Parts: sequence; structure tokens; C-alpha cells
Amino acid sequence: MPALLPIDFVAGVILFWLALALLGLALQNAPRVIAQLLFPLSAAGSLALAAIALSALSGPTNVAVLPLGLPDLPFHLRLDALSAFFLFLLGAAATGISLFSAGYFRTMPGRTLGLLSFQYHLFLSSMVLVFLADDAYLFMVAWESMALSSYFLVTTDHKSPENRRAGFLYLLIAHIGAIAVLMCFGMMQGGHGDYTFSTMRGSHLSGLWASAAFLLALFGFGAKAGILPLHAWLPEAHPAAPSPISAMMSGIMLKTAIYGILRVTFDLLGTPLWWWGTVALTLGLLTALFGVIFAAVQTDMKRLLAYSSIENIGIILVGIGLTIIFHASNMQSLAALALTATLYHALNHAFMKGLLFLGAGSVLHATGERNMGKLGGLIHQMPKTALLVLVGSLAIAGLPPLNGFASEWLLLQAFLLSPALPQPYLNMLVPVAAAALALAAALAAYVMVKFFGVIFLGQPRNEKLRSAHDASGWEQIGLAWLALGCIALGMFPMFVIHHIGPVTQFLVRHQLNGNTTQGWLWLTPVQPERASYSPLILFSIIVTGVLFTLLLVKKLYHGRLQRGPAWDCGFPEQTARMQDTAEGFSQPIRQIFEMFFGVIREVPSPFDKHPHYRGETIDRLWNLFYSPIIKLTTAVSALIGKLQHGRIHIYLMYSFLTLLALLAFIR
Amino acid sequence: MNLSALTLQLLQDTLVVLAAPLLLGWVNQCRAWLQNRSGAGVLQPYRKLIKLFHKDAVLAHNASPLFRFMPYILFACMWLAAALVPVLATDLPLSPAVDVIALVGIFALARVFISLAAMDIGTSFGTLGARREMLVGFLAEPALLMVFFTASIISHSTSLITIVETLAHTQFVLYPSLAFAAVAFVMVLLAENARIPVDNPSTHLELTMIHEAMILEYSARHLALIEWASALKLFAYMTIGIALFVPWGIASANDWVSLPLALTALFVKLAAAGAGLALLETLSAKMRIFRVPEFMGTAFLLAVLGMLTHFLLGS
Repeated sequence: MPALLPIDFVAGVILFWLALALLGLALQNAPRVIAQLLFPLSAAGSLALAAIALSALSGPTNVAVLPLGLPDLPFHLRLDALSAFFLFLLGAAATGISLFSAGYFRTMPGRTLGLLSFQYHLFLSSMVLVFLADDAYLFMVAWESMALSSYFLVTTDHKSPENRRAGFLYLLIAHIGAIAVLMCFGMMQGGHGDYTFSTMRGSHLSGLWASAAFLLALFGFGAKAGILPLHAWLPEAHPAAPSPISAMMSGIMLKTAIYGILRVTFDLLGTPLWWWGTVALTLGLLTALFGVIFAAVQTDMKRLLAYSSIENIGIILVGIGLTIIFHASNMQSLAALALTATLYHALNHAFMKGLLFLGAGSVLHATGERNMGKLGGLIHQMPKTALLVLVGSLAIAGLPPLNGFASEWLLLQAFLLSPALPQPYLNMLVPVAAAALALAAALAAYVMVKFFGVIFLGQPRNEKLRSAHDASGWEQIGLAWLALGCIALGMFPMFVIHHIGPVTQFLVRHQLNGNTTQGWLWLTPVQPERASYSPLILFSIIVTGVLFTLLLVKKLYHGRLQRGPAWDCGFPEQTARMQDTAEGFSQPIRQIFEMFFGVIREVPSPFDKHPHYRGETIDRLWNLFYSPIIKLTTAVSALIGKLQHGRIHIYLMYSFLTLLALLAFIR
Repeated sequence: MNLSALTLQLLQDTLVVLAAPLLLGWVNQCRAWLQNRSGAGVLQPYRKLIKLFHKDAVLAHNASPLFRFMPYILFACMWLAAALVPVLATDLPLSPAVDVIALVGIFALARVFISLAAMDIGTSFGTLGARREMLVGFLAEPALLMVFFTASIISHSTSLITIVETLAHTQFVLYPSLAFAAVAFVMVLLAENARIPVDNPSTHLELTMIHEAMILEYSARHLALIEWASALKLFAYMTIGIALFVPWGIASANDWVSLPLALTALFVKLAAAGAGLALLETLSAKMRIFRVPEFMGTAFLLAVLGMLTHFLLGS
């Protein structure tokens, strides 16, 4: 018997998950067993997957052929460095999410939970297959089963019409994207009629066809990732889905699209053309700025996080664009730097966004409220959740020494090295792009202060919040796993870069050598004189500073403390409603970026008996992009409808005319 | 890392933390002179700190641990920032841990914490201050980053030490891009340190406050640490400005002889910069809060323009 390869172990994890899926269906009468046994087991599977993927990262490429599928058309599997990296991302993030789910779903009715567990594990397995697929056939099967299972997960609470609508929108955009992906594969097989990826690698397309394939891939995968203007499903689907599902979709599923873009651009198409990079860079910047500005004005906490995901996908796309530009200009070391930053940010985002969505889920569980305008002061009732969410908020705001900063730092370094580019016009684009990226990063901090401050700080805006409870044990373990991930990824960037090395070697034929001479403490992507950063030293200086000051102040003076009422500025009737609401906090953003929003405002007159204020910000892209398409589709459908009369003789006549036309054509 | 470098690092750490209130006192004294007042003397900030440290702290009933710890985090961040800017010599062992991008990150970290603490009690002025601070911050941060990028593209490095060494020890060249960057930097300095025309450090009118509105709830040792951190922040910004735009006179590595000269040069430059700041503040009026985005937007555009100029002129 031959030795087992990592790919066999990954297949084992898939089988294990599928078994759990069936068990979930069987155990519908015992919801507690599903929640507290199946989900922790599933987490163990995820952890095993992460470990296998980590060991496979630097190992040789494994391939396998499964005798499944259609006759003469078996499934090809392949585990290379790129797949291994994304499998690690999936395993590591899903561990925390599954642990959290064990607590989160414990009160769900059995029937729903059984179905949910089934879809959940199907979803996980199909994402693994997407990463493993080595032919377009298996890829599309896995891609579609991923879309379908996540559609059912989004519409878990299918009784509400909004959720059904959100699910439909998601499914629609997913399928439009899937068609583009399918067409992209069709172009890449280059007339061989063979849809394995190895054929695609071998078929060297001409520039025009390669560009068309790239644009189709960008469109198709962009629909999944939420790249402008195909982002519309994200802010609808995420609030509708249960929180662990939102975490899974935002943290992991969006990365399958990133994986697809990377696989097609660098692996299957070979060497990209430089102008693809400018397209990706521009789209990425627009997406990032759009996402963060809209995140700033949201009042629903899960919508806010969904827009923040759009922003982060934009940042990742900027990284991909920069990588393409460098790679096409034959600057492999810089391409490796940009690609490292891109992959690093994708990994970070899986942890940060997973953590924040789960934290939002805990708040939702404890209070039954998604509207930030009705939350507040939860740090007193939910101190542990608050602490863990604070870690996630600081990380996603891009603050040192956490992980979001490390990847943004690398990306900015890549920008700063770009003056070496040969094209003069690209040189001009780069400072503007760096400025826009810096603006997006700074706005992310604004968004996160709003997110954390309005939900957890201040006074409770609602009396029932005072009886809110902290997250349950399993939930806390899941949150803590992801928070520790955020801290570890931020503190030890050298290890992360070391493990990303094989991926960049595979995709752009170069890896950051990691400057081992400088030791694991220092992050020095190029040379130490050029740039260096050490999160661990930075963190220890800050901690030492805090402790030293604390001790000195207490020793030299005193630690006396009194409690009193808050200062009311001479106006004694302060209430919780006088704090900034979520709308209030975003008022400056609405004012500065007014031209991007459609704002609907209903302001009460002074004589109203029941004054009512309503403000709503609308995505203008909906009217500019989606509405015309909807109108066009409706008009075309109406035209086609004219053919339908429901009378048999007319249909017979259509058949007759078709036959005549065909005969004429053949003659 | 050798012993002399370590000594120098410790020397600078102590120097900045002790001298920062002096700079603040000097700026206030200059302001008083320019306004025809006699002023309270340059040592007034120290007296205020001592007074505050002796008082009993009063905390609101619903203050969370975040509120209590914020002053320490703020102080540590600002101390770190001020301690890492090469002011005396370019031989600081800890400076490679934090490059200019990380420095901007540390300022952002401090800003996020002070804003969160301001929202913690849940009074209307606290949240108002937090919102305004973040408004100023999200415009000032990219502008500052762009200023740094201009300097780092000239010197091919984001390490502050390399930037200073390149600018100080090469032949005197006038960089047009740095001129744009300098104007932008001064605007960011005014906004980030809550100076006129963006904010007024000595205001007592809550409606116009930004920085002061956030710390209304703080008292005694917590307030003292926040005030001290503000002084350190001003010091850090001034020394960054000196390091980027007038770095001449700084001692090179392992050169203890020129250290007294470097110290004198630093004091003269800081005194001049402080007087200049006081003059700027006296000559301008505080603008309405709605005008601040325009002001900061100008700074941001100037900084981007500086970088573009570098690419256009190739210098």
C-alpha cells in the first residue's frame, strides 16, 4: 500500500464532514447533540485540515484522480502551494467559527438545526473541493454546490420576506458570476476540448484571448467577492444569514473568489499583461473607498461589517493589481512582495472579519437587536465579548501591533518600491493609488470606532439591554480562537511570510527570503536599511511603558479613587438618548461624501404631535447599474412573452417554421 | 546593539519625557508675549502636572476599565513615538522597530483609544468630541502618511534614521516636493495637536471643543497623564518636522563629541519652532468645525501634490 499523501488526508476531512452532514440530518430530534457534539467535532476536522495544509505548503505538489463524475470525465484533484495556503485559511478560520456555532445554535429548533448542519458541512466540503479542483468540471460542480448550500444557509430564517429576497439576490449574482467563470474556462482550454487545468496551462493564448479570459475571470469571481459594481448582494445577504454563516461567507467564501482570480491570472494564463494590473488596481481602489465610506454610514451592525468586507476585498484586489503590474514588468522580487501582502491580508481578513461577525452574533443573541441605534453600554454586561471584539476592531482598523497593520504595512512598502517601474504613466498612478489606500485605511479606523463605541460603550440606549448576558462558553472559545489568531498573525509576521514563500515561488517564481540574518523578530521585506518593523518590540515597549507609568504614578503619588456622577455641563437632565447615535456619529462622513450617497431625509416640523425623524442613505449604483439591467430584462421578457399564446396550433406552427428554416439553411 | 547606543536611547527617552512640558510652556509663554500678556512662565505645565497628580481621581459611576486604562496607553504610545524620532543622533537601537508607517500607526492607535474612552461614559460632549477627533484624524492620517512617503521616496527608505541620514548628510539640495510636504506637515501638526485654527487648546466653550471635549470626564492623575501625553505628542511632531525638513546638526552614529552641539542645535530649533507655532496661532482665528474638512483636504492634496512633483521633476 503506498504511503498516504496530504491530499488523501484532505479527502479524509471531506468525508468526515460529509458524514457529519448526514448525521445532522439523522439527529433532527436531538438538537443539543447536533450543537454540542457535531459542531465541536467539525471544528476538530477544521483544525486537522489546517495542520495538513500547513505541512503541505512547503511539500511537493500532490495530484489525484477520483473515479467520480461522468464516465470518461473523472474528477482531477491537485494540492499545490496555492491550494494549501487557502486550505489553511479555511481550516484555521472554520475552527473558530464551528466552535462558536456549538454555542450559538444551541437554542435552535431541531428540524432547522439538522438541515442547517447538513448545509453547513456541505458548504465547507465544497469550498475545500473548489481549492482542490484541477479541472474546470469539478471546479464548476464544487463552485455551484458552494453557492447553493450557502444560499440555503442565508435563507435559514426563510419566513421573513426580506431574507428570501436577500437570498434570491445572492443566488442571482452568484449565477451570473458562474456563467462568466464558465466562459472564462471555455476560452482558456483553447480549442483542445479538454477541460483539465494542465491543458489550460499548456495552451498559450494570444494576448486578445488571454485578456478576454482575464476580464471574464475578474467579472465572474468579482461577483462572488463583491467587487464594484457586483457588490449589491453582500449588504443584503450578510444581515439575513445567521452570524456564524455570515462569518463563514465573509471570512472564507469571499476568499474562494480571490483564489480563483489568482489561479487563473498567474497559474493558468501564465504571464499576465501589465494593463490587467491597472484595471485590477483601479477597481480595487474604487471598491475599497466605496466599501469604507458606505460602512461608515450604516446603522445595522451586520450591514456595516458587510460593507467593511467590500473594503477589504478592494484592498486585496489592489494587491493583486500591483502584483500583476510588477510581474508583467519582470520585477519578480517586488511581485513577490505585493503578492505576500495580498495573501497575508486575505488570511488576516478571514480572522478579523470572522471574529467581528461572530461578536455581532453574540450581541444579537444577547439583545435580539441588530440596530446599533438601540444598543450601547454592553461592555458592562458582556465584558469578555467586548474585549475580544475590541481586538478584532483594532485589528481591522489597521492598528499596530495587530495583524491588519502588518499586511497593510507590506502593501504600502510595495507601493513605495514602485518608482522603479518602467512605464512613466504608471509611476504617476501609483502615488495617487497609495494616497487613496491610505485614506481607506484611515476611514476604516473611523468605522471601527463607531462600531465598537456605539455598541459596547456609553449608556444603554434601551432598558432591556441591562439584562443582557455575556456569550456562552463555546461562543467565547470560538471568539478567543480567532482573537488569538489576530494577535499571533500580527506579532509574528516573519513566520507568516516564511510560510507564504512557497506560494509566491509557485505563482511569481520568487519568494521573499525573509532575511533570516535579521532574525525572526524583525520584519524586513527588502533590506534592513530600507524598511523594518517589529511588532513584538513595539508591543513590549508599549506594555512596559504602561506598567512603568502605572507603577510610578501609584508609588510616587497615590491610587485614590472616588466614584461620582458624570459631569453634566450644568444641564442635569442628561439621558442616554443624548449620546451620539450611529447616524449621528456618521454625520460628518455623510456631509463630506454627500455626492456619493442618495440621502432620503424626513425631518419633523416643530408642530408634529409625534415627531419622527428618518434618514436613509441609498446606494446610487443600484439606480445607475442594476435598475437599467432589470428594466431591460423585463422588457426583453415581455417581448418574448408575445410569442406565447397558450394555443397548441400556434406552437405547432412555430415548429413547422423552424423546420422550414432549418431545411433552407441546410440546402 | 552596543552599549553606547543603548545609553543614547535611554538618554533620549528621559530627555523627551522631561522636556516635553517645557516645550508646551515655551509655546504658551510666546503666545502670552505676542498677546501682550506677561504669561505664567515656561514652567507652568510642570506645576499643573504636579497639582493634578496630587488630587484624588473622580470617575463616573459607569466608567469601564477601558476608560481607566486609556491614559496609560495614550501616554505610553506618545512616549514611544517621541522616543523613537532621531533628535540627537541617528544611532537609536529601538528605532528600527518602528518605521514612519508604524509611527503613523501608533498615532492612530492613540487616537482610537482616546476616542473610545470619550464614548465610554456616554455624555453628549464626549461622543461629540470623539466624532470630531476621528473626523480630523481620518483626514490628517493619510496626509501625514503622504508627507512621509515623499521623504521616503527621496531617501529610498521608510526608516526614519535612514531618511534623516540621507537628508542631513548629503549635499544641500532644495527639493520642491519637500516644500509641498512641509506646508502639508505644518497643517497636519496644527490639526493633530489641537491647535488654532482647528481647535483651541485653552478653550472653555464646550460647543467648539474637539480634544478638550473628549477629556471632560477625566481628572487628577488620569488628566495629568493625558496632558503630559499631549505635550509629548507636540514634542514628537516638532521633532519629526525638524528631522524631515531641517535635520542639519544631528550627530552621526558613535560620535559623542558632537552630541553637545546636536543638543544645542535641537534646543535652538525647537525654540524657533515653538515661537513660530505661537505666532501662527496668534495670527489666525479658529475656524468653524465645518471648515475643518476643507482645511485637512487641502493638506492632503498638498501632500499628494508633493509626491507627484517628485515624480514629475525626478528629484
